[in-house]
Amino acid sequence: MVYLTRMEHFNAAHKLYNPAWSKERNDDVFGLCANENWHGHNYDLYVTVKGQPDADTGFLYDVKKLSLIIKEHVIEKLDHKNLNLDVPFMQGKMCSSENLVVEIWKQLLPHLPKEVQLHSIKLYETPRIFVEYFGEIE
Amino acid sequence: MAERVSVFRKEHFNAAHRLYNAAWDYAKNEKVFGKCALPNYHGHNYEMEVKITGEPDKDTGYVIDLKSLSELIKREVVQKFDHKNLNLDTEEFKNLNPTAENIVIVIYKVLRPHIDSKFELQVRLYETPRNFVEYPVGK
Repeated sequence: MVYLTRMEHFNAAHKLYNPAWSKERNDDVFGLCANENWHGHNYDLYVTVKGQPDADTGFLYDVKKLSLIIKEHVIEKLDHKNLNLDVPFMQGKMCSSENLVVEIWKQLLPHLPKEVQLHSIKLYETPRIFVEYFGEIE
Repeated sequence: MAERVSVFRKEHFNAAHRLYNAAWDYAKNEKVFGKCALPNYHGHNYEMEVKITGEPDKDTGYVIDLKSLSELIKREVVQKFDHKNLNLDTEEFKNLNPTAENIVIVIYKVLRPHIDSKFELQVRLYETPRNFVEYPVGK
């Protein structure tokens, strides 16, 4: 088994704000991230697939094609967008990196070719803050 | 005359913005600024490198105390811009397009009065790891 990772990036605005709570409680829990006029990040996205390299090409999968799949189904929907307002699959959800990485997994999974398994998605919100998801439900 | 040394402090902030010229219609803004003109804003992790050039002090060996430089940048720049919408939440960009070029000039002008005039000041600003600007232009 070999693991192959492709890194893509996007930038976006968001805020962390629970509409069921008062402004005070949001400020208390989310601090600066609750700023009503949004803030933003350069996100780095690492997608790792696993499988056996093909005998003829030596490739697990053509990484250029993997890049195009990620761009079409994830980056196009997120890049230069407002995660809270512009992204259909984040509607009604808190736009934390934790929730975003799970939704990115769901977006990507149906579009990956049979020969690879999705292993993990790692999402950097800042150079020092990142989340990882391995598709585990519990 | 002692030798001159440049010292650097990196700080960072993140913010939302959009690029939009209010004197133009939306179609022209979209043509010129592309996705950066989208109405609901996007955002970046901005990284700043503040460069101070001068002679090391003979008593301390420092050009400038980098801890105090860090505190100055945080107080004057990071506090203003971190987790803000540059277009909506800052006085500086109410009527100025918040391009990286304009942001770096604003940061320079904010910091300059707080730094002894015997020192040269230069600011580099990264909007993304691959897009960055510098002001005043290099030496």
